Amino acid sequence: MLFFTRWKAAGILLTALVVCLFALPNFFSEHTLRYWPSWAQRHIVLGLDLQGGSSLLLEVDTNAVRKEKLQGIADDVLRILRQARVPFTGRAIRGNSVEVRITRETDVDNALGKLRDLSQPVGGILGSTGQRSIDVTESGGLITLTPSDAGLAERIRQAVDQSIQIIERRVNELGLVEPTIQREGADRILVQVPGLEDPSRLKQILGKTAKLDFRMVDLSMTSEQAIATRPPSDAEILDGEGGQKYLIEKRVLVSGGDLVDAQPGFDQRSNEPVVNFRFNSVGARKFAEATQQNVGKPFAIVLDNKVISAPVIREPILGGSGQISGNFTVQQANDLAILLRAGALPAPLTVVEERTVGPGLGQDSINAGEHAAYVGAGLVVFFMLVTYGLFGLFANIAVAVNVAMIFGVLSMLSATLTLPGIAGIVLTVGIAVDSNVLIYERIREEVRAGRTAINAIDAGFSRALATILDSNITTFIAAAVLFYIGTGPVRGFAVTLGIGILTSLFTAFTLTRLIMAYWVRMWRPRTVPI
Amino acid sequence: MRFRRISFPISALLSIAAILLYFLHGLNFGIDFVGGTLMEVQTKAGPADLAKMRGTISSLHLGDFQLQQFGAPNDVLIRISEQPGGDAAQQQAVQKVREALGNEVEYRRVEVVGPSVSTELLSYGTIGLVLAIGAILVYLWFRFEWQFALGAMIANVHDLVLTVGFMSLTRIDFDLTSIAALLTILGYSLNDTVVIYDRIREMLRRYKRMSMPDLLNASINATLSRSIVTHLTVSLSLLALLLFGGQAIRSFTATMMFGVVLVGTYTSVFIASPILIYLGVGRTRQGEPEDTEAAAPVAPPTAPSATPPKPSPPRQRARARR
Repeated sequence: MLFFTRWKAAGILLTALVVCLFALPNFFSEHTLRYWPSWAQRHIVLGLDLQGGSSLLLEVDTNAVRKEKLQGIADDVLRILRQARVPFTGRAIRGNSVEVRITRETDVDNALGKLRDLSQPVGGILGSTGQRSIDVTESGGLITLTPSDAGLAERIRQAVDQSIQIIERRVNELGLVEPTIQREGADRILVQVPGLEDPSRLKQILGKTAKLDFRMVDLSMTSEQAIATRPPSDAEILDGEGGQKYLIEKRVLVSGGDLVDAQPGFDQRSNEPVVNFRFNSVGARKFAEATQQNVGKPFAIVLDNKVISAPVIREPILGGSGQISGNFTVQQANDLAILLRAGALPAPLTVVEERTVGPGLGQDSINAGEHAAYVGAGLVVFFMLVTYGLFGLFANIAVAVNVAMIFGVLSMLSATLTLPGIAGIVLTVGIAVDSNVLIYERIREEVRAGRTAINAIDAGFSRALATILDSNITTFIAAAVLFYIGTGPVRGFAVTLGIGILTSLFTAFTLTRLIMAYWVRMWRPRTVPI
Repeated sequence: MRFRRISFPISALLSIAAILLYFLHGLNFGIDFVGGTLMEVQTKAGPADLAKMRGTISSLHLGDFQLQQFGAPNDVLIRISEQPGGDAAQQQAVQKVREALGNEVEYRRVEVVGPSVSTELLSYGTIGLVLAIGAILVYLWFRFEWQFALGAMIANVHDLVLTVGFMSLTRIDFDLTSIAALLTILGYSLNDTVVIYDRIREMLRRYKRMSMPDLLNASINATLSRSIVTHLTVSLSLLALLLFGGQAIRSFTATMMFGVVLVGTYTSVFIASPILIYLGVGRTRQGEPEDTEAAAPVAPPTAPSATPPKPSPPRQRARARR
């Protein structure tokens, strides 16, 4: 147990040294680190609870995604059956499916074949699951199209991916530094912005779908009439500013997807804040056509199903650029421009969890954590020295290396250090000491049993190590489960605890033994000083 | 081992009391599990006027809320219960409070947990605990005999129950970090139990004819000094965290302190070990004690070194069953 070949000893020391060295970048500023090779730049990231900042968990409205998918299928059915000149009745969305009744029995097979083409294998090129996006069934001329679970899941996954891109653009447009945006589970997105104290504006910006449409105002009746009776089938009633109601055609002239730029500005005459926008060539052509045909009539600018303004077209707009005005404040105009530039979200987002820590509390927590760490370490070091003397010193060396190695591993992983994480490290110090205590107590026992010093040390090690392994693995299992189920700060605790167990196993099995072996070889002790 | 006649009834009583506490007194669930809003604010000028703040917030009609001094006299913790109307309603509530309190305070911490997340967090937490106990059980079953695994599990559930009772009694916030604390207590008290079990296993192999109570006593005594030293060092670490670690992790460290120091130690000595008798470990051995050196059980110098340096599980298991 106490014999090490030269190579093995060198290997152990080298491993410990290299791992410890990985902790170095934490002691240098970002500025200095820039000149280091990139593999050496990895360092520990402070969690939001320590550096301050805002963490938002957003949920994609999967219901809206489902509805949209159903509406899309319904539109496709209409298009396909019309193209095929198949007469049909009763096209409707019922529950989770789209139904359509084919009038003539002879058309059913033809229609079924055409509609089946709508259904595609799920998963693109890698779609080896054999599942299709839509289940198409038929009974007595009634064709039912139901989006499959796999198809919906795929659509939701796409919606989340798209949302992440849009969120990234919006957050960047707001000028926030180093945001992290990542998927959480099936339909959630975690947005973390260090240093953000008040996330109100961010929430406002992210809470808007920003679906912009240009549509015509339906003039066949007034909005009051439409509310009193029924709106025409191709129009709907939408709210405007100040409780006003508009009757707006469902047909979209140009959508926000055709915008290439939007900038806040001021109207030249009224001097009120406006948003200036520019269409791409397709949008510009569509807009020019529409405005040419409808001079003198009002059109509506609709954002998220709300009418921002409904100006009258005075002359055709051919240049592909225009202006949105709607009693904005400067901030509102600014935000709208950001939203339009970044694009529309595929589905609404809701904030389901928010955790914001101000910079004051973060700094306080760092100080408290450091303070506790120093005091805790100091107490343990002192206690070990008092209890075990020289061996206590060995234990303290092992624990110090252990802590340095924890920081090294955390840096290698670019892990996030949270306040519970610091607690984990402090606790690890206690646990790491335990390995040494187990060994020393065992050695004591063997000495009492009458063994010679060297024999006792050897036997103490070999017996204690089995126990150390068993007891640490159980704690490690708890840490692993914690990592798996935990989020945020709790996960930080699990990480440091888990790494701490691994490094303390390493030091107990190698470093402590090595120190002891050298000590025995140098001094040839007759008695054990504990 | 005679103490088991006292310790078992005491533990049973305490466990029942803890369970009763849980059901009658309940836990002080934090917003992680019931949803709602938590704000820690610090007044910029002088100590906080709680009465005035209470008035301001109650005029917002946000339902149940609590104000609480938190550490320094100008630190206030505001908790607002979950608003009806889903996730978006919680956000509006925070916005209202922010507007009402304005710039007179610094917002040190704002946490909002919506209803959809809180139910998930609770079920994840519970699943996590069950999963951890299960995984540890399987591991112990592999490394020891099934009686040891079962004994350790009973001991640990006992630990968790008592700790939850403690949390109920002291009204400590029960949130995600509490789950972390419970899991750590679980791991740690197991650590302790395993150390003793390890020794019991070793003694079972070595002293084939020692009576079970004597053998348990001897094992506990052999590991006692280690237990004391280790618990002292861990207590020192925890004490430092409790005193200097700040408010944010105080409930965490207080729970840990109770679970690790008070319950964990007691359990491994007074519950986990004697329970092995009832679970039938060593039932086949004769009642006659072979060796009376119970206080200082030692390896005879001539005994061959039984444990291999790096234990390979299969071999170890085979020995244990012999």
